[in-house]
Amino acid sequence: MSKPGINDFTIRLANVNGTGSASANGLLMKSIFRSGVPVVGKNVFPSNIQGLPTWYEIRVTKDGYGARSGDVDMMVAMNANTYAQDIASLRPGGVLIYDNTWPRQHVLSRKDVTVLGVPLAQMVNAAFTAARSRVLMKNMAYVGAVAALLDIDKTIIETLVQETFAKKTKLIAPNMQAVALGYDYAKEHFDCPLPFHVQKMDATRGKIMIDGNTAAGLGCVYAGATVGAWYPITPSTSLMDAFKSWCREFRVDEKSGAHRFCIIQAEDELAAIGMVIGASWNGARAFTPTSGPGISLMSEFIGFAYYAEIPAVLFDVQRVGPSTGMPTRTQQGDVQLCAYASHGDTRHILLFPANPAECFTMAADAFDLAERFQTPVFVLSDIDIGMNDWMVDTLDWDDARQPDRGKVLSAEQLDQMDRFYRYRDVDGDGIPWRTLPGVHPKGAYFTRGSGHNADGTYTEKEAEYQEVVDRLKRKWQGAADKVPAPIVRPARGGKARWGIIAYGSSDGAVIEACDRLAAQGINLDYMRVRGFPFAQEVSDFVEAHEQVFVVEQNRDAQLRGLMLLETDLAREKLVPLLHYSGEPLASHFVQDFILAQDRKEKTA
Amino acid sequence: MTSFAKPIIDLKNAPRNALGLTRQDYEGAMSTLCAGCGHDSITASMARAFFNLSIEPYRAVKVSGIGCSSKTTAYFLRESHGNNTVHGRMPSVATGAAVANTGLTYIGVSGDGDSLSIGLGQFAHAMRRNVNMLYVLENNGVYGLTKGQFSASADIGSVSKKGEVNELPPIDPVTLALSLGATFVARGFSGDREQLVPLIEAGLKHNGFGLIDVISPCVSFNDHPGSTKSYAHTFKYYHPAVHADYVPMAEEIKASYDAGEAVSVKLHDGGAIVLRKLDADYDPCDRAAAYAQVSERAARGEIITGLLYVDESRKDLAALKKLPKRPLNTYPYADLCPGAATLARVMDRYR
Repeated sequence: MSKPGINDFTIRLANVNGTGSASANGLLMKSIFRSGVPVVGKNVFPSNIQGLPTWYEIRVTKDGYGARSGDVDMMVAMNANTYAQDIASLRPGGVLIYDNTWPRQHVLSRKDVTVLGVPLAQMVNAAFTAARSRVLMKNMAYVGAVAALLDIDKTIIETLVQETFAKKTKLIAPNMQAVALGYDYAKEHFDCPLPFHVQKMDATRGKIMIDGNTAAGLGCVYAGATVGAWYPITPSTSLMDAFKSWCREFRVDEKSGAHRFCIIQAEDELAAIGMVIGASWNGARAFTPTSGPGISLMSEFIGFAYYAEIPAVLFDVQRVGPSTGMPTRTQQGDVQLCAYASHGDTRHILLFPANPAECFTMAADAFDLAERFQTPVFVLSDIDIGMNDWMVDTLDWDDARQPDRGKVLSAEQLDQMDRFYRYRDVDGDGIPWRTLPGVHPKGAYFTRGSGHNADGTYTEKEAEYQEVVDRLKRKWQGAADKVPAPIVRPARGGKARWGIIAYGSSDGAVIEACDRLAAQGINLDYMRVRGFPFAQEVSDFVEAHEQVFVVEQNRDAQLRGLMLLETDLAREKLVPLLHYSGEPLASHFVQDFILAQDRKEKTA
Repeated sequence: MTSFAKPIIDLKNAPRNALGLTRQDYEGAMSTLCAGCGHDSITASMARAFFNLSIEPYRAVKVSGIGCSSKTTAYFLRESHGNNTVHGRMPSVATGAAVANTGLTYIGVSGDGDSLSIGLGQFAHAMRRNVNMLYVLENNGVYGLTKGQFSASADIGSVSKKGEVNELPPIDPVTLALSLGATFVARGFSGDREQLVPLIEAGLKHNGFGLIDVISPCVSFNDHPGSTKSYAHTFKYYHPAVHADYVPMAEEIKASYDAGEAVSVKLHDGGAIVLRKLDADYDPCDRAAAYAQVSERAARGEIITGLLYVDESRKDLAALKKLPKRPLNTYPYADLCPGAATLARVMDRYR
């Protein structure tokens, strides 16, 4: 455990839901980012609109690590109901800031931390009269106090406030007044800055801060998606909100006002996926954002699209299950659900973005894969990626990129044909040609979820049925080297006996753990899996190591389960490393597990 | 759903429509339903309506759910794409297809089990959204493929083939549609093609969601004494109230109607639906009155038929969504992707 230092510490802010704290906390984080210092932000919030506790964590990381460390060096305790828990989570030597308008002696019960009281309510109530602005300005006042303690440039905060209220300029002055209240109080009463604080760097050039749902919505626009159907569900709602706002910006005809997009809020998830399938079948790029409960409901239609070979793109922004579970907490609990969704022999293509930048690129990839393979494709994001602002490389786009619309026969091609058969494997790649309604009389066929043969007509004949489902499996296997390839990060310290596999939002924690373990003499090669079906490299990677840790954010080691099902790898080689509390994975968790494993081996 | 190809016989003097196509060009595979099934008669009426309207078969899209009725989309318009979706979910697939390409004619075929039980939600919401499609609900009060269970449209007191008496109130698609704001609500009978074919034509030409509830007796499981969806019962209590004809633009301009006898409802394509009231006091343009009339007749055991309500003024889904004239699925990629320069500009918001 390293000590906090310059540009290397974590602030945790404990708030009450519905008090406007999230914007103030976001602003605080952005001000550090604008100082050129890498940050990680995690919003841990309840399934509630107002009143329950909520936490925001800002990790300042000069090394640019992408996860929580697991430590808390500064606690801004703004929720009296969680004081006890909040002070307990500070590590020795940490600093706690609280509103001492109402002194609370028990807060001072811990001797190994520094407690700083700021009369936030008192100062704000004296300066502002309206009840709501008193609540909101208290947030800005603690931002000011923290800025003074951490030596954050106040002009950066001012610029951010001006940008935030660009359309409501009269709010700029009172917000800056509130910042000044906290800032000046801290300067006057405390030794500023603290030993750990912010110092300007130049490590955020070329970086942005964006959440995964916004990036995925943008990716859908760049992919050329025109139809989006959805049913509101946390945490995927903001993906469709983003798509809508991007479309309003880029897809409304200036003259006629016509929309080159169609978003339908469906009556439920069953209808949402039905609309996506209808639109895709008719030649539009269509998608639905949802979460685990939505996938459960969509499963019947997913099997239909699989068997009838209709493209569909689904974003599953995973939350904690089972059932309603914890809707605002993060998990990777839908991996196996999505891999084999629906009854009968079904198998699907999955993509695992690890951050918002990959939400953007994989959104575009998903449509290409869905149309190329004429099948549902799942993009498995999660709350951590979807709803937190992450620091990632600036998104870019290659104007030469053209969408892969897959094997669709044109009117001219159909005209030249004697007869069209929907499910014949004419190219030997397991992918048949398809036709769109309204293009040519020869293109007509009857799409069905009932048993059909290669010609597309109904069948109950054994051989004809098997011919189609065997081809479907070959087709799916063909996607193994078309999904985004796994990324290997070799051990820094030379040849490694052990490997580690992770996917999705575990990436940042695993990278950091590998570095910290290397410093302690434990070398690990790291492979990040980005797609399913698995590429051959996944098996090769495991084979090349004595033991491989499979890091997952679920209880049942779901990806490991897929690996055991889909490859011949030995069960003993794959060691589950599981985190499923609902909080985003911290690097310490991974590190501690492997250290324990190392000790066990040495004592054995 | 076995299908057999139907032999195509070249009839030299067969009547041809404006496209030069014959009625045979609007047929499909051979039906595998029971002999005498009402559904086959509806299938023939649909094929005839498409023929009469001179719609190119490949420019039509047929969608259906699961059940005897849903199988029938294979039995007409062999040159149209058909989508036999999942049970009760046809409306959502039709909705997605209809917004992806507004240039085609959409016909959905469903049954009372598919629409009023498992699919009641989707059926209702497609009407609310006013999806531009004709929805033909082939209503026989019974589950045929699973051999004779009551459906949600079975009347109180109706007796099943096995002798059970239904005590649950029926869901009436017509009053349901009226209460949900549907813009074209009709009822027909598979035994009256004179009435049904023009109703289908009018429904296909209506801009928005058209519902035709067609009483279609099930000869195998619901055509016995005691059933209120049998041929005998329907013939006895069947009461046409409003006759509707679709009149194309050219003829509409020439035609003149006697006041009080016929009402002409203008359509978006310039043609009209001409309504002839068979009941002088029935007003098919007044939703509340139509609801009252249909309910009162039903209470008396009468099966009121015809175009029971029509409203051409409401926006359909495509208009509500401000969709362009050009179908979404035909836009070139360049018109959809904002490009690299725009992305670079947008990125400044996230620094």
